[in-house]
Amino acid sequence: MKKLLSGNEAIARGAWEYGVAVASAYPGTPSTEILEEFAKMPNVYAEWAPNEKVAMDVAIGAAYAGRRSLCTMKHVGLNVAADAFFYAAMTGAEAGMVFVSADDPSMHSSQNEQDNRNFGKFARVPVVEPTDSQEAKDLVSAALDISENFDTPVLLRITTRIAHSNTPVELGERREGPGPLETYLRNFEKYVMLPVNARKRHPVIEERIAKLAEFAETFPFNQIEWGDTRLGIVSCGVAFQYAKEVFPDASILKLGMTYPIPPKMIRDFADKVDRLVVIEELDPFIENEIRLLGIPVEGKSIFSPIGELDTRSVREAAVEAGLLPGSARKTYAEPDAGPLPGRPPVLCPGCPHRAVFWVTHKLKLPVNGDIGCYTLGALPPLDTIHTCGCMGASIGVAHGADKAGSPERNIAVLGDSTFFHTGMPALLNVAYNRGKTITLVLDNRITAMTGHQENPGTGVTLQGQSTKEIEFEPLLHALGMEQVRTVDAFNVREVEGALRDALKSDEASALVVRGECALLPEVRKKYVPLRVDQERCNGCGLCFRVGCPALVKQADGKAFIDPLLCTGCEVCAQVCGRKAILFKDQLQEPSVA
Amino acid sequence: MKAVDFTLVGVGGQGTILASDVLAQVALEAGLDAKKSEVHGMAQRGGSVISHVRWGQKVFSPLIGRGEADFLLAFERLEALRYVGWLKPGGVAIVNDQAIPPVSVSSGGAEYPTDEHLLEVFAAVTPRLYVVPGSRVAEELGDARVNNVVLLGALSTFLDADAAVWKAVIESRVPPRYVEMNLKAFDRGRALISA
Repeated sequence: MKKLLSGNEAIARGAWEYGVAVASAYPGTPSTEILEEFAKMPNVYAEWAPNEKVAMDVAIGAAYAGRRSLCTMKHVGLNVAADAFFYAAMTGAEAGMVFVSADDPSMHSSQNEQDNRNFGKFARVPVVEPTDSQEAKDLVSAALDISENFDTPVLLRITTRIAHSNTPVELGERREGPGPLETYLRNFEKYVMLPVNARKRHPVIEERIAKLAEFAETFPFNQIEWGDTRLGIVSCGVAFQYAKEVFPDASILKLGMTYPIPPKMIRDFADKVDRLVVIEELDPFIENEIRLLGIPVEGKSIFSPIGELDTRSVREAAVEAGLLPGSARKTYAEPDAGPLPGRPPVLCPGCPHRAVFWVTHKLKLPVNGDIGCYTLGALPPLDTIHTCGCMGASIGVAHGADKAGSPERNIAVLGDSTFFHTGMPALLNVAYNRGKTITLVLDNRITAMTGHQENPGTGVTLQGQSTKEIEFEPLLHALGMEQVRTVDAFNVREVEGALRDALKSDEASALVVRGECALLPEVRKKYVPLRVDQERCNGCGLCFRVGCPALVKQADGKAFIDPLLCTGCEVCAQVCGRKAILFKDQLQEPSVA
Repeated sequence: MKAVDFTLVGVGGQGTILASDVLAQVALEAGLDAKKSEVHGMAQRGGSVISHVRWGQKVFSPLIGRGEADFLLAFERLEALRYVGWLKPGGVAIVNDQAIPPVSVSSGGAEYPTDEHLLEVFAAVTPRLYVVPGSRVAEELGDARVNNVVLLGALSTFLDADAAVWKAVIESRVPPRYVEMNLKAFDRGRALISA
């Protein structure tokens, strides 16, 4: 049976069909759906770990114990997991382990673009790349086999357009993988990376990568499609699809394994074509590998290393480089729609982050942000977040500014899940080193930005079991915060009072700003849209500065509340100086949502 | 059936993803190859969204280049204008007659483009612009969210695939208690074009 699956769904399906027993991950766009889908399959264990490094250790442990395992992450997740990635490359395991890196060219939902094939080469780990969902599924099988046959982890690298494109996939049945080893491994030389053993392992992994290059010569996912030999294209991933479409007649070598590359196959291909060109997204990775073989090749001198490619950009660049005649260019007069109002992502109506950002904006505080929905507090009209780098960075950066003698009191803001991810050691650092950073944990009871995943604070696991709900207050105390307060995220006065108290003290402190994400199904049922008393509203415009999409400025300048969007969070009502926005208990006839 | 390229655009939360899923599945049911591509994550938070669907004997790229879409299915007027560049000259544009002002407009800083502007911009690209009351029809049916299926109904009148195929796919994609409303929405959408 053929089914349209996204690349992510296909990887989950492949992991299930080919006997993966244990999977661990931290959510991150564009990788999140892999674990969400895998977790629904029968006879598997899947979990959200607090961060990618922990997730990878878990997958490695499962493979040490003899079960096939999977760990998935977005590209920057591999930065977090890099330590684990490198030792796993050194030790190998007792069963197949596949790590998926979902890179995000064009940064649809990321802070940077990075080409994680480099990590493969860096750690001497083979890299496989699918060109569509069918291959995404099939390569899980191939990767598990390579992992077991060569005693190595395998990096399955995808990009946003593979992860989130749906293409037809042939479904199969589950084949059970190996069961757990009777006794857990006891192999000092292979698994204890003391220098004495590590020195012996390094030559092993160098030999392994040489053997893999030999294996790549006959790897069935490395394929040549012969056509016109005046142009030979080497490509991989989604770029292969653009190449096929723009150059239907050229000879194409598709690499399903992009590290290590097959030297003989490449050399033969290069010998038979007049001009050799690599089409790949982001870094000149294959291009440089080919160049190291001493073969003349072009690539990034023609196609941009920045952002995603598409058929149009490939065609234009090809015409420019003389690979296609000028007549191939599709002439098209770009319509001029004029300047249009932008529609950037915004904090939703009823978002529990709005009141706290209103307060930090009002108090003109320097705020160090983090990764999550609340990064949107950096945009107007709230524009109150001044730094945002990576997961868990807020606290360390605020502490660094403090220790540098910054005259302003630095604030760190991060979400519940991000605090569990990498905020915890940073807060410990503040306490240990006598810092005075004020940390705001915005606890919206879910991992929101990636689409509502459970986390250690929610009391539910990825596979729906109820579990310990980790409480922030004792955790913050344990990490050395003597002053810990919890405030209602929707109560502007309470948030402001607590923050002012924290500012008065010279000690570090933590505030838990608690309020549920407005998009949680249970919260949606409780929406009560508010109303503006048009008599009292004088059109001062103050309420618009909370940046809520439900507030609309009418022609006369007065505010109107869109009842389809308003949740009744009452933040705007608290901000209004003329008490023109009615609170829920002031609405004579409560509207039914 | 021949190769057809569609771009679906709208505001996060308007149901473009479900509509794209249905559209791609219809091709598969009709024996074609199909690919669909969209972006998740940050874009979902009320942002502007675009989804690509391609039908063909053999589809390679999951993305459609600017100026190459046969159909532009817009769920919102401002987004129709934003993505008009994807439509090929002479292509079909079906635009839901709904305005969702972004915060920059609702808070009074920017102007929402006028109806005349929309007509003028599209006239330079294609005579085949259909502005349809998708949201109004959906509200009449009792749920504003089925506007996506109303628009699919309108779109279906331009395509060879049988209405029964569309309906079977819609039925397979929505929860049982919403099937009837969605099938009605589809028929009402078809009537918007043939009427």
